[in-house]
Amino acid sequence: MTSTSSAAPPATGSPDPLGTAGLPGIPSQPGRGPAPGVPQPPRRTAFAEGVDRLRAAATTEPGRLRIIGALLAVCVVAFGAVTAWQMTDRSSAADDVLHNSQPLSSAAADIYSSLADANTAASSGFLAGGDETSTSRERYLRDIRNAAGKLSAAATNSEPDSESATTIASLNKLLSEYTGYIERARANNRLGFPVGGSYLRLANDTMQKQMLPQAEKLYARENQRLSSDYADATSYPWAAIGLGVTVTGALVWAQRRNYRRTNRVLNHGLVAATAATTVVLLWLVAGQSFARSGLNDSYDHGIRSLNVLHDARIASLKARGNENLTLVARGAETVEVNGEVVDAYDHDFEGEMSTLGKGLAQAERLADDQAGRKPVASAVGGMEEWKSRHEEAQAAYELGDFQQALARVIGDKSDKPTGECFDSVDTALRTAIVHEQAEFQRAAGDGRDAMTGLPLGAAALAVLGAAGAVLGIGRRLSEYR
Amino acid sequence: MNAQRLPRSPRTGLQVLRTGLRALRTGLRGWGGVGAMAAVCALAVTFALLLPLTQSHGDGSTGTGGQGVARGIQAKVAAECENPQDQSPQPSSLDGKTIEAIKARKDPRLIVGVDQNSYRWGYRDPNGGKTAELEGFDIDLVHRIAKDILGDENAVKFKAIPTNQRIPALKDGRVDMIVRTMTITCDRVKEVAFSAPYFLTGQQVLAPKSSTIKGYDKTLAGKRICSGAGSTALELLRKDRAAKKAGVASADIETVVPSQLDCLVRLQLGQVDAVVTDSALAASQAAQDPTVELKGEAFTTDYYGVAVKKGANDLAARVNRILEQYRQDGGWQASYDKWLSPTLGTKSESAKPPVPRYK
Repeated sequence: MTSTSSAAPPATGSPDPLGTAGLPGIPSQPGRGPAPGVPQPPRRTAFAEGVDRLRAAATTEPGRLRIIGALLAVCVVAFGAVTAWQMTDRSSAADDVLHNSQPLSSAAADIYSSLADANTAASSGFLAGGDETSTSRERYLRDIRNAAGKLSAAATNSEPDSESATTIASLNKLLSEYTGYIERARANNRLGFPVGGSYLRLANDTMQKQMLPQAEKLYARENQRLSSDYADATSYPWAAIGLGVTVTGALVWAQRRNYRRTNRVLNHGLVAATAATTVVLLWLVAGQSFARSGLNDSYDHGIRSLNVLHDARIASLKARGNENLTLVARGAETVEVNGEVVDAYDHDFEGEMSTLGKGLAQAERLADDQAGRKPVASAVGGMEEWKSRHEEAQAAYELGDFQQALARVIGDKSDKPTGECFDSVDTALRTAIVHEQAEFQRAAGDGRDAMTGLPLGAAALAVLGAAGAVLGIGRRLSEYR
Repeated sequence: MNAQRLPRSPRTGLQVLRTGLRALRTGLRGWGGVGAMAAVCALAVTFALLLPLTQSHGDGSTGTGGQGVARGIQAKVAAECENPQDQSPQPSSLDGKTIEAIKARKDPRLIVGVDQNSYRWGYRDPNGGKTAELEGFDIDLVHRIAKDILGDENAVKFKAIPTNQRIPALKDGRVDMIVRTMTITCDRVKEVAFSAPYFLTGQQVLAPKSSTIKGYDKTLAGKRICSGAGSTALELLRKDRAAKKAGVASADIETVVPSQLDCLVRLQLGQVDAVVTDSALAASQAAQDPTVELKGEAFTTDYYGVAVKKGANDLAARVNRILEQYRQDGGWQASYDKWLSPTLGTKSESAKPPVPRYK
């Protein structure tokens, strides 16, 4: 409203009780122009005129009916609109969970584990030296390609200049440095130069101290986005529910008023409007509740398990890398723990194994069906065997029997190497991840489907309801003609 | 301390005990070490009061009589540490206590701490397959020692010992000896026993062939220098930098790596301009990269020795005898020619075995 109109005196002028005022805003003074010096009454606003007309209309029954009918129709339509709007939001958040943030979080986890896996494969291949198998070489290459591909996909999905974009750019830069170190390590190793081992340690440092923490950050950020999508999808649409209850109440009141004035029990139009509103309200509450339970289920049984399993898998990959590096470094790096100097890589190995143990224990608690529990149990078994074989390998190494230690780590099946146990843990964890991913898809899909059609249905029913209200009131109005 | 406090403490033993307990309680409240020390002191006073004999020294103090011995060693070292490499016992072929104990083992093998990452000194060919053995100049010497003492040159268990673990490994008895490019220094002579020197080396500069660096001199000005953590080179660089020695004073010596070989990596990646390390190890680095070389002469004189546990004089004397024969029968020279002459050359000071002098 402009300042001129707000300055207008609030309808203190001549109220028009008959509602027969002429064109709004034009004073009804035909003929002669105003005498000079006589103050003109200020222009009246459309709003003020409207209020006057409503006030006038409220004094007669048809007028009241018109007002009631209009209000009911507007309220029913508003209810439908708010429902459609709020449910579209939730449904698209649920859709994001399913098709956007979870896949992105899963892709970030994939980058993370591909990098760790590449590092492990590189160190295994290095230990084998000239005997490096094509399997370990291919595994390394596949991991690097996978990580590079997922990184570029993640770059496309991230907003420019966002924190994620910076992390991805830095990871890309480090990845090229890392592969450079690995190739130098490999070339020197082939020439029989121990400096190859130094390059491998540098590559490993770059990976474990710079790249993996950044990949982990990326993963954590995607998980945060996933959680916020979950929160959006599962929040109750209070505005729609509140409006629905109010509108239903208003419809009931209108019908009661109608009954008391005319003694007629049913007004078909108003009954239809009430039915439509009630259906939308029930649908809204039930659909949202089902969706919530499905989504919460997918979080509790899918996402939480997936996070724990991803972390456990990373721990097992790091542990394996450190186990290999112990034999590559051969005492080149040490750390002091409680006043005792120990091999840095063996120390890290023990740390990652304990993380793996805790992660698997948690995964066992979270697994809620036989298909989920089985691979986790098998991973636990593999880990136990790994620990005991590692001790034997370490004992051989401590005794100065390097060849025996090497055989117990990367040797053939007949040597009972720890590599076999690592493979079994890794396979089991991957199986478990695939299973939990499917669990997530199913539950989250169910949740999202519970909201299918709700926005459209609510809108259509609201239009019907509004039409019913207008027709119902119209029928009563026609009795006055 | 006890004797001093005694005349000034008229309190009864019970009172003192109570004080002690209170001190212990405060100690437990968070002042860990300090509180515990106070408690120990109070308890010691209690003991001193309760015991009728005032000259009881046995309580509280660790290592009774250790002080005197320690002072004795310090005096000896101070007097004799002009040439730590000349402290080794006379050669002898006799089997002493240590050697007999090794021979009496269920698995009579020599346990030797070595480096497994020093090219040409002690390393394993990564492409040697399942039969790859450790090889190098140090390893040749170990085989020679095993052959003489146990009659079989392969009666050895090689253990990879990190640089900073060489002395602890000997002290704990995890190894019988260390043959691992270990320099005989005054500090180390206090803790372990050495054989006569078997190799002459010195600190030297390693840089790319194309570099303007000419040696350990003013050409190092403004350059980035790499050295190993805890190495003689790092100590020397810090000392010379503090003393404003030409070249080193303005050099960047911040790059310190866990293992000296990591310096070659930094050099190849262009992160540093030069490496300072033992000439023997610099030569081992140069052998892995034809584009780098040793620059100038070695600017210190150091000797490598075989280290054994302090007091294992029979073993040190026996190693000295073996070294004597090793030099005489050309074994030393053959090993040098095989492993080291390609990078150290035949004219270097290191190319001949050092002449030993015994105690």
